[in-house]
Amino acid sequence: MIIDHPLLGPRDAQEFAILGDASLIDRPDWQAEDAAKLFHDYLHLRDNPAGEHRELWFHEQGDRSWLVVTRSTLTHEVLKVELARDVAIARGRDR
Amino acid sequence: MRYSVLQILRQGLTGNRGWKPVWREPEPKRHYDTIVVGGGGHGLATAYYLASAHGLTDVAVLEKGWLGSGNVGRNTTIVRSNYLLPGNEPFYELSMKLWEGLEQDVNYNAMVSQRGIINLYHSDGQRDAAARRGNAMILAGADAVLLDREALQRKCPYLDFDNERFPIKGGLWQPRGGTVRHDAVAWGYARGADRRGVDLIQNCEVTGFDIRNGVCHGVETQRGTIGADRVAVCVAGSSGRVMGYAGLRLPIESHVLQAFVTEGLKPAIPGVITYGAGHFYVSQSDKGGLVFGGDIDGYNSYAQRGNLPMVEDVCEGGMALMPMIGRARVLRMWGGLVDMSMDGSPFIDKTPVEGLYFNGGWNYGGFKATPASGYCYAHLIATGAPHPVAAEMRLDRFERGAAIDEKGVGAQPNLH
Repeated sequence: MIIDHPLLGPRDAQEFAILGDASLIDRPDWQAEDAAKLFHDYLHLRDNPAGEHRELWFHEQGDRSWLVVTRSTLTHEVLKVELARDVAIARGRDR
Repeated sequence: MRYSVLQILRQGLTGNRGWKPVWREPEPKRHYDTIVVGGGGHGLATAYYLASAHGLTDVAVLEKGWLGSGNVGRNTTIVRSNYLLPGNEPFYELSMKLWEGLEQDVNYNAMVSQRGIINLYHSDGQRDAAARRGNAMILAGADAVLLDREALQRKCPYLDFDNERFPIKGGLWQPRGGTVRHDAVAWGYARGADRRGVDLIQNCEVTGFDIRNGVCHGVETQRGTIGADRVAVCVAGSSGRVMGYAGLRLPIESHVLQAFVTEGLKPAIPGVITYGAGHFYVSQSDKGGLVFGGDIDGYNSYAQRGNLPMVEDVCEGGMALMPMIGRARVLRMWGGLVDMSMDGSPFIDKTPVEGLYFNGGWNYGGFKATPASGYCYAHLIATGAPHPVAAEMRLDRFERGAAIDEKGVGAQPNLH
């Protein structure tokens, strides 16, 4: 697989490590009433779609940036690559 | 028709005209007592034990392709019970015991071959861990022998014992481990279930569940709605997709695992050997091909094929372990979908939907579990209570802080 890095251009997926579903960006509020349940779901449950999947990749052997890669789990085709930082800020998670 | 030596002689003397199709191909009825979704090894074993151990024969197995077309037809055929944790080891040892009696039980030659499995260790720390694991196995009624370097060298002289980076110091040997002819397991269970009255329905994909007021009343399929009092899902690899029809999210990701087989060679490897410093395992089939595999690719996939970096990684492991493997040519390689769970252990449990049961999350170790998985799943469906050896394999174990994490890497499915 080739991941088209927004800053560095096309890079071999071997340079990256994958963490998992990009919903891991949306860390729940630890002060919420039902925080225990929210964190259980956040940490353990997955949508696991057959088709488009947004996931977090870390450019471990490159510039060490985190990326949100939209990839098809049916064909392995990489559809879109964004900096995770931009995605997180757009979701209001800039702390 | 019962298979036996006498039967072979009789058929041989009468021109082999008496053999019958091994199972029927019935039309689905409108309603069953129990529907098993998924006609793979685990689903067929479940149907078999529902009929043979619990007398439930108003059962249908629905399979979207042909029987045994999933992971039971594409694994590396290894059976073993060398687990460590109390939530796992008694279950896998029950499976081992069922393997040992399987062929007589289902009256089908599954080529159960207990040639032993050796997990190598390469350091003092790994030796201590192997000894601990061996003791845990013995406590659960399994067998384990700690081999030192000399004993291992007598068994497998061709391993790279003096490798500079990862010298081989010995191995943990389970003599009762080995391999089983994978397709024959599916066929044997299918035939056994069919003979007891279970309907095996192929080319019948489940496309939804009939759930009303939190109760499951049946399934929607390509061939219409089929009612059932109990629906037992058993579709590891596609668990997320199928349980999604019921609106459930699972602690599972689907990944791809690759396997490889070489051209046929003269007998070289006595049993199964697993590398302790990388992820590589190898055995030799009865046809002579070396069957080997390694780690999963690491990213979510439903593609049933992997990529080249993992091929390179597996072959590097093979070369580091036994350099002679470099002379063999790989004939075929393929990929299968595996349910990777959050702690590397499976689930056999009820779901929040009444009448809907779930079996999945087998990671890349589902084949060895086939008999016990079917046995314990049938027990749960028939009696409503989990079988004692599968009592920890629950969907709510993360909420309770009771994960069964053999490897100790936490909720990161691609590391298990």
